[in-house]
Amino acid sequence: MKDFGYTVIKQRTIDYDLFDGRLLNEVLQMEPSFKVCLSCGGCTATCSANDLVSFNVRRMNLLLRRGETVELESEIRKCMLCGKCMLVCPRGINIRNVIMLIKKGIQKYNPVKS
Amino acid sequence: MKHIVIIGGGIAGIETASALTDAGHWVTLIEKDAQIGGKLNNWSNLFPDFTPVDKITDYLQEKCRQKDFSILTNTEVNSVHRNKDKFSIETSDNQQLESDAIVVATGYELFDARRKEEYGYKIYDHVITSADLEQLFKSGGDLSVAAGQNPKRIAFVHCVGSRDEKTGNHYCSKVCCITGVKQAIELKKHLPEAEIFCFYMDLRMYGKHFEELYREAQEKYDIQFIRGRLSEASEKMDKSLLIKAEDTLSGRPLKMNVDLLVLLVGMEAGKGTTSAAISCNIGCEESGFLKTADSFLNSNISMQEGIFLAGSCTAPMSVNDTILHARSAALKVNSWLIIQ
Repeated sequence: MKDFGYTVIKQRTIDYDLFDGRLLNEVLQMEPSFKVCLSCGGCTATCSANDLVSFNVRRMNLLLRRGETVELESEIRKCMLCGKCMLVCPRGINIRNVIMLIKKGIQKYNPVKS
Repeated sequence: MKHIVIIGGGIAGIETASALTDAGHWVTLIEKDAQIGGKLNNWSNLFPDFTPVDKITDYLQEKCRQKDFSILTNTEVNSVHRNKDKFSIETSDNQQLESDAIVVATGYELFDARRKEEYGYKIYDHVITSADLEQLFKSGGDLSVAAGQNPKRIAFVHCVGSRDEKTGNHYCSKVCCITGVKQAIELKKHLPEAEIFCFYMDLRMYGKHFEELYREAQEKYDIQFIRGRLSEASEKMDKSLLIKAEDTLSGRPLKMNVDLLVLLVGMEAGKGTTSAAISCNIGCEESGFLKTADSFLNSNISMQEGIFLAGSCTAPMSVNDTILHARSAALKVNSWLIIQ
């Protein structure tokens, strides 16, 4: 078909009613400390990876809670598992375990099609 | 014996009356409603530790029973005049009272959520205020949204009538954040299956044990906190509500369907406090709350000598802050009377 250059723009609004909570629930069940994230950004400030490439650990919580799995999967690969974020976290979250659980969970619930 | 007239028979009025009676003064308490206790009578449990309100109301009632101070209920103040060292006060039932000092303890009123029309209070079926929810808890009322159907998803909206130029209130009402956390936990205890969200701009957990309760809400009760102010709510055919906010931490708009919306209404100075400001000629701040001589050492002192202030007529205040403010008002009145 002839390409007229028109396109349908994907809505930016997060429709929470479409949210699939299975991955989130599993991560929270295995690592309940993650429930108490304050979104303070301390983790992101100290992040070794973020110093070199654009990687925001704080946003992992949001991406997970809003079902943005595609972005979550690609972002999380940037983590080097150094654990500096855990030294900073004011709520004592085991962030490294959260990252590992997300990596495993994504394969199980939301395999990202390549 | 010195005579002190206290305007307002809520927490602040009763506590000040009791402390001044203890100090050996003759006190008359004027209350506009039929019963004393003020807004506290409508509440069920108090933050941050779920203390039953009865514990405080029983304490206040007991003070009124045992103390030697007079209580005039169903009475308002018509006018206040100063005659040399005395005040003469005319009440709504045409009594003339003469006093050496006056304490204004007229308290607050809750923000009328109908003024925030975009949230649909009294327009949509399942939009209620924090005060309505508290009444439901108190009466053991039904939380269901349809016959035999409990709400599955509930959202709390913080700062309704506070920090909002659209409502004319620039100030923070101070107690709503922690009230929201407390009520979210209580709702979760009643409805363990429900998903509960709090939409906030900032969470101001300033008091003792407040931050701990917030953490408990996340950790133990799975309450979810989303930073963003609701722009609007709209009712669907099935009476559920579509709400919109920005998820400001992700920087994207967010919408969700909820079965029940709870508006955390703020505090306003209210009619009683405004009319006390006029009759006593003590002046209001831009917020509508009463002017105090300063913010640090004289928060119980009004702009007129001999007229003192206690409690939430000066600013939004929690129950425990009000009790302390009332006690300090009594101290200030007492030391002023001694030097007269």
